[in-house]
Amino acid sequence: MENNLLSILIWLPILAGVLILGTGGDSRAPLARKLALGFSIGIFVLSIPLYTGFDSSTAAMQFVEKASWITSFNIWYSLGVDGISMPLILLTTALTVIVIIAGWQVITERVAQYMAAFLIMEGIMIGVFASLDAVLFYVFWEAMLIPMFLIIGIWGGPNRIYATIKFFLYTLLGSLLMLVAFLYLYNKSAGSFSILDYHDLKLGLKPQILIFFAFFAAFAVKVPMFPVHTWLPDAHVEAPTGGSVILAAIMLKMGGYGFIRFNMPITPDASHELAWLMATLSLIAVVYIALVALVQTDMKKLIAYSSISHMGFVTLGLFVFNSQGVEGAMMQMISHGFISGALFLCVGVLYDRLHSREIKSYGGVATPMPIFAAFFVLFAMANSGLPGTSGFVGEFLVIMGAFASNPWYAIIAALTLIFGAAYTLWMVKRVIYGKVEHDNVATLEDVNSREIIMLAILAAMVLVVGIWPNPILDVMHTTVDNLLQHTAISKLP
Amino acid sequence: MNAEQINLGSLQVAAATPEIIVGLMACLILVVALYIKEESSSGFSYVLSIATLLCTALVIALDFSTEPVSAFNGMFVDDPMADLLKIAICLITSGVMVYSRQYNIDRGIFQGEYYVLGLFGVAGMMVMASASHLLTIYLGLELMSLCLYAMIAFYRDDKLATESAMKYFVLGALASSILLYGMSLLYGLTGSLYLGEIRVALAGTEQDNVAVALAVVFIVVALGFKLGAVPFHMWVPDVYQGSPTSTTAYIGAAPKIAAFAITIRLLGGGLEELHGMWMQMLIILALLSVAIGNIIAIAQDNLKRMLAYSTISHMGFFLFGILAGTETGYSASLFYVLIYAVMSMAAFGIVLYLANSTEESDSLNDLKGLSKRQPWIAFLLLILMLSMAGIPPTVGFFAKLSVIQALVNAGLIWVAAVAVVLAVIGAYYYLRVIKLAYFDAPEKETEITAGPTMTAVLSVNVLLILAILPWVGSLIALCNQVIAKFVV
Repeated sequence: MENNLLSILIWLPILAGVLILGTGGDSRAPLARKLALGFSIGIFVLSIPLYTGFDSSTAAMQFVEKASWITSFNIWYSLGVDGISMPLILLTTALTVIVIIAGWQVITERVAQYMAAFLIMEGIMIGVFASLDAVLFYVFWEAMLIPMFLIIGIWGGPNRIYATIKFFLYTLLGSLLMLVAFLYLYNKSAGSFSILDYHDLKLGLKPQILIFFAFFAAFAVKVPMFPVHTWLPDAHVEAPTGGSVILAAIMLKMGGYGFIRFNMPITPDASHELAWLMATLSLIAVVYIALVALVQTDMKKLIAYSSISHMGFVTLGLFVFNSQGVEGAMMQMISHGFISGALFLCVGVLYDRLHSREIKSYGGVATPMPIFAAFFVLFAMANSGLPGTSGFVGEFLVIMGAFASNPWYAIIAALTLIFGAAYTLWMVKRVIYGKVEHDNVATLEDVNSREIIMLAILAAMVLVVGIWPNPILDVMHTTVDNLLQHTAISKLP
Repeated sequence: MNAEQINLGSLQVAAATPEIIVGLMACLILVVALYIKEESSSGFSYVLSIATLLCTALVIALDFSTEPVSAFNGMFVDDPMADLLKIAICLITSGVMVYSRQYNIDRGIFQGEYYVLGLFGVAGMMVMASASHLLTIYLGLELMSLCLYAMIAFYRDDKLATESAMKYFVLGALASSILLYGMSLLYGLTGSLYLGEIRVALAGTEQDNVAVALAVVFIVVALGFKLGAVPFHMWVPDVYQGSPTSTTAYIGAAPKIAAFAITIRLLGGGLEELHGMWMQMLIILALLSVAIGNIIAIAQDNLKRMLAYSTISHMGFFLFGILAGTETGYSASLFYVLIYAVMSMAAFGIVLYLANSTEESDSLNDLKGLSKRQPWIAFLLLILMLSMAGIPPTVGFFAKLSVIQALVNAGLIWVAAVAVVLAVIGAYYYLRVIKLAYFDAPEKETEITAGPTMTAVLSVNVLLILAILPWVGSLIALCNQVIAKFVV
């Protein structure tokens, strides 16, 4: 059990998904729901030993599994986690439970398929974080698109087909360039697909820069960085609430994870060489996209742009090459997972009641829905980086790290504390406070116990991580230090 | 040739056992069916044809060659590659025959002769797989092609089928004559029709030898015609769309494997010394095929026609492996063509499944809302389309991966990069099929006439694309092994 925990975490959700598919039509929907919830909670519980059994004093891979798969290409079924991937796996297992609860009453059509898609996707996402073989990683990375493609396409909004095909093709193009980079590295390393072997491979500056851009194409689309972010608002707006939550909370993190796992250690010289570009694009995302968010009239779109802006902090933190920056980026990823997930759930709660995402359809929601309003304001505060919430920790660390690298980066990045507060709180003001101007708003029912449970879990996480981030920082500390030492050594031959 | 030279013992007839079984059984079925009551004779031929193919596959598998055996004075070779290809040809064709049953019954072409023609076609393909002499290649090719023309024209009451049979015949004959012309030039240059001797005679030929280049051009053009590579692809969409779907399924699967066999025996065997020459030509053919196939497929509204353009692009990918000119490349192409044949068979199987006695249901719009009407078939279609687009975790990804790896390995990184970008364009029209089946509302109900046998075979066929995943490595290793043993 201890030795193949990662395999269990990958394959159990996938098998559970297939089992749930087997329950058939909507007449057995309650069974599908219960099975999905049971499995997702079980998988979350199973993933806890990953944290408790984790040795935070070493940067080596843990829970390692290795079996031969395609011997003629030297492709291995090779799994393992370090201080960077382990917290992201826990984030995945935790949020899947929330997503299953979120779809409990809302999804009434093809319930079994919906629940199965999320469980299968959970397994695949854990596979992405745990793979140590480039081809295995690529297989999970691409396979993840399939359930998301279906989730947006089947359960999405009116413009879902355009959004989902754009999402699929955009990410596919980026990923395929990464595949060519893998094949180049495979031939360069005399036939190895091991990601850890690539970390030690000597490369000239020119190939490093080309490989950097090939990886950049895959990960920048996923993060998404300016200017390849345009798929995200479309996908978010059209996706069902659960899809938006997974997209924002986990899929975007894969871009950041990719930069940490591939770009920085495999092409350190190119990363240093191009750090200015990464920082510039990140700062454009932080400032410009925040301004774009300010003028949105659709709540989901506003949160989508806010996600892009916050993810700009992640890429900025990574490419200032110091431990505050990288740890801040990691914290920002985890915290953004909770906060953006929670905000999308809040919009989902409102949308389920009035079927509108327009800000102007609401106003004075606090009067009919006081409990909901309390949650919404808390998450909005966290989103704008209020100290004491998890949003503050990541942003503060990144700004500190950026200051050490280049004070101007820090000054520009700090603008987001103003803009972020502006667009989030202005939305809150227009939606939650003020007079009740629409009759249907006045008759809104407050959140029920199911919705309270999911929002309360996330609220607790936001506060716990915000007040006491050490349990997370501790596990990643050694790994991050090791990464930074590694990137400081030139790999030029 | 006088009487003393013919010595049955030295001919090694046993090497051709599979061809002999299939040929004799075809004759036997044809004759015996005459003595059976008319209403049951078609069923008899159908069952026996499938049984013949399955038994032949079993016979080959039990006696799988480990070393090449040369037979018929060196005109025929039984090597591991030939055995692997023949097993694939037999199994795939028998599957296609199962798919064709209901469709043919609905259209009144479920007759014994159809399946006998199919068997003779298989015999031709098997001869192609084992050919080590230019005449053997030509004989096998013609035997196969003549059967295909007849199988298309079998649906003689249908105007479109007759037209496409004519078109296929005329263009096929043209391609054969071009091939013969190239062969005659090769014979004139080297003085031999044996691939092995041609290879030796051509060693050290300069790259700017015009006469040799002319011969190579003719051979490559003829192969381009047979594979349907751009710019020799014009017949593919018309023939695929016009033929009765049961025959399209037949044409689309096993003959591609046979075409692989002659391509590799001619280019990778006899003409290997001229790799520099034909590589340049194949790069153009392959890139144009992938580009034009994928782009024009987007504009199609007929499923069969879309699959025809998809075939063209797949043939381009298949040529990428060949043009790398290395063992890795040949092996990648072999793997690709095997996987492709399985996918193509499944794709037409689904088209056949959806067709019923009154209509073909081969328009893309007929797929709308398939997941509500036929959830299981829609799911199979989903897996299949993802595999054709080369999206992991389906096996189609590994086929593309091995071909692109061969290109990078041969130093053709720019070709690999272009191929990859074109693959994204290709992904669009496969996704559109999924979109129609899953995201759109159904417009009409379709009556399905296919029986449980067909559903079962189709399910196994498609699920194989996912289920083979843990054993993909063994299959690739097998391809490597047989290519390493491949001799001319």
